[in-house]
Amino acid sequence: MLERILMWVVFLAGIALLARSHAAVGAPMGFDEARHLLNRTSFAAGPDDIKRFAQLTRAQAVDQLLASTTTRAKTPPPEWASSFESPRRLRAMSEEERKAFQREQFEKGVDLRAWWMTEMLTTPSPLTEKMVLFWHNHFVSSLQKVRSPVLMYRQNQLLRRHALGYFGDLLHAVARDPAMVIYLDSASNRKGRPNENFAREVMELFTLGEGNYREQDIKEAARAFTGWSIDPDTGEFLLRPMIHDEGEKTVLGRSGNLDGDAVLDILLAQPQTAEFIVAKLWREFVSPAPDPAEVRRIARMFRDNRYNIQVALRALLTSDAFYAPQNRAALIKSPIELIVGTLREFRFETGEPLPFLFVSRELGQDLFAPPNVKGWPGGDAWINSATLLRRKQLLERLFRAQEMRQPPVMARDEDKAKGAGRITDGKERLARAMQDINFDADRWLAQFPPGDTHLTRVVLATDPVNPPEAGAQGLDMLRQLVLDPAYQLK
Amino acid sequence: MQRRAFLQLAAGGVTLALARPWGALAAAAGHYDRLLILIELKGGNDGLNTVVPYADSAYYELRPRLAIPRDQVLQLDARAGLHPSLQPLMALWGNRELAIVQSVGYPSANLSHFRSIEIWDTASKSSEYLSDGWLTRAFAGAPVPQSFAADGVIVGSNEMGPFAGGGTRALALTNTDQFMRQAKLAAPEGSSRNPALNHILKVEQDVAQAAANLAPNYTLRTEFPQHAFGNALKTVAQVVASKAGVAAVKVSHTGFDTHSGQLGTQLAEGLVALRAALQEAGRWDAALIMTYCEFGRRPHENQSGGTDHGTANAHFVLGGRVRGGLYGLPPALTRLDGNGNLPFAVDFRDLYATALDQWWGIDSSVALNGRFRPVDVLKA
Repeated sequence: MLERILMWVVFLAGIALLARSHAAVGAPMGFDEARHLLNRTSFAAGPDDIKRFAQLTRAQAVDQLLASTTTRAKTPPPEWASSFESPRRLRAMSEEERKAFQREQFEKGVDLRAWWMTEMLTTPSPLTEKMVLFWHNHFVSSLQKVRSPVLMYRQNQLLRRHALGYFGDLLHAVARDPAMVIYLDSASNRKGRPNENFAREVMELFTLGEGNYREQDIKEAARAFTGWSIDPDTGEFLLRPMIHDEGEKTVLGRSGNLDGDAVLDILLAQPQTAEFIVAKLWREFVSPAPDPAEVRRIARMFRDNRYNIQVALRALLTSDAFYAPQNRAALIKSPIELIVGTLREFRFETGEPLPFLFVSRELGQDLFAPPNVKGWPGGDAWINSATLLRRKQLLERLFRAQEMRQPPVMARDEDKAKGAGRITDGKERLARAMQDINFDADRWLAQFPPGDTHLTRVVLATDPVNPPEAGAQGLDMLRQLVLDPAYQLK
Repeated sequence: MQRRAFLQLAAGGVTLALARPWGALAAAAGHYDRLLILIELKGGNDGLNTVVPYADSAYYELRPRLAIPRDQVLQLDARAGLHPSLQPLMALWGNRELAIVQSVGYPSANLSHFRSIEIWDTASKSSEYLSDGWLTRAFAGAPVPQSFAADGVIVGSNEMGPFAGGGTRALALTNTDQFMRQAKLAAPEGSSRNPALNHILKVEQDVAQAAANLAPNYTLRTEFPQHAFGNALKTVAQVVASKAGVAAVKVSHTGFDTHSGQLGTQLAEGLVALRAALQEAGRWDAALIMTYCEFGRRPHENQSGGTDHGTANAHFVLGGRVRGGLYGLPPALTRLDGNGNLPFAVDFRDLYATALDQWWGIDSSVALNGRFRPVDVLKA
């Protein structure tokens, strides 16, 4: 009797398993899975894209997203991006000139952020931007310390080139990236007087994770990286053999006259590195709590495929865990996701992206300037009393854009005298940019014919906490949905 | 709908409770009428160039470039002196309101910024991983009165630190006026089984309660220095002056990760302004201010004219009821460990025990998972 019951149980479980893998592999994913996938990988998605993806299987959908990624930005770089200003020039400057130089650097910092924000708002491959942002938050450097917008721009290009390539190539390239060399003090790491900053963070934050190395490994690795520097005239990476330590070093049990690249290869050979990166990708795309067995499975594939980032991402985005009900709406949108997602999803017209740079900084995510080498902590930490209120204030303002628009300000005579070029007064630029924000609610709402029930499912990742009041419709209902706590989730 | 009505009623009750005079509230608060202000020196302050062992020749040997020359040190006694940029603190030292605790640390120190501050924030052992902050555990054992605007206020950072964990009503503020203007956008409503959504709902509820209690009713005359740390301290002073009821405050001051370059003047200017504002508000005798950070820096200077991650450190404790003077032990510069780092003499949890046992009169062993010996820095 017992045997028969057991047989039935096994038989039924088999059917359930078959059905599940059928849904995962063969069948179209349907509206809700497509919405979930696009929302997590593309900042946001409109009803048309969702309906198109709904026809694809999970694997087809993910392949299509990966195939659309790029290695170069389409937004033209800031005009100064190709001219490196040597810090040596500063020495010869007068106090006045130095102040002017610093003002100029500040403005370039704003240009740089505006450039990336524009790319995020207009790119045909939002997944590329999500990954560049992911690596920016992994291989952290900050304008606050690097102080060179040109070098930070070059670093962004580097991250972009490798964002969906091979993690090993990315690691080796970042270690030689001039902005990183400055940010983690590699340039002052010399034979006999090592500076441990880069050696420590490359193990703790870039590859192995805390607890998978000893203090002695850091000391020895720091010696291997001695002499990694930059040329102050060109801002290019430069190896200085005179200050490189040629002695014997032992890192994680491997000994020899190791140089920096040899140390990076030792780190890449550790299974913990693949697991550390996959767990971080999991927290970015799947849920706050990585499943250790799944992480190990995907990390093994990742390492076996020469750290091909697309392999890891494909495995995560087609996994059952990704689509599991408990992992839907389980992540809090980052400030950039909230801002870029809202502007893209509702097809806002915008002018200069200045206001969005300010607000993302107020919300805790200043592009090109993460708070420290560990990056933005993310998750629940995005939301506290100050940032939650600021998020709501932003949404309130955006969805009142139509009624707040005033007739265009007449150009003042002084402006005309300066020529039609860019307005240099920051406050005025900001005010104009605010005026340029527009939301065509009627056009957006027209995507949902009367009786269409998809609107709430497009806007929110889960049911609203406060369902819109009975009778609310159109823009009014939309405002209630975006101000609902559920709108903060992805 | 019914739940919403209930919450409004509850919020009304809270407002009524606050309409009582300050004295009555203080009586209800018990030990939490005394305020704890934690100042985080983010990045790891260089204790050796803050409290300088100017009579120790080893100090000058370890720091040929960075050492503060003997004649520039502000002398505290025959061995220790303050960095010249801390001149404003000498007035407090003279009044015996400033205690300096030397060689604060913990066994098996971790040199990672992130892990070490987690150890400090959760009051854990080096080998132990806890998720709740030490104040969260303290408040769980001895709750802060519900009539208070918040259990804790955080300024200058988005990190919950010692308030981490679900139970605490912690409010992050940039400035109080802005907070009051924006608070009307919060809509407190129930809870959820989705942890991320639940977090958002809890923050909304905290905002609603704080907004009911935090109405600014006092304008400070004290001027604060014009920098980020000065502004943060001004916000703290405004919260305290509004008498809304807050048990503890955390303020973060950044820029101490001095792998290259060293200490500035903002810390001392800020602390002196905070003291003036607390005196103005009549709360200086009811405030205990403590500095903390993840670690000190290595005695040996590095090649970049800075210092790498170290261990034991000097910290300040100040307030109207503080017994000024030097505590702990001078840095043992001739007994460095294998990494070239200092041994500690005072466990940081001893300082936490001072705040819990002696300042608030609550049992510290619950929050600290063990018995620690308070440092005797308070007047009887």
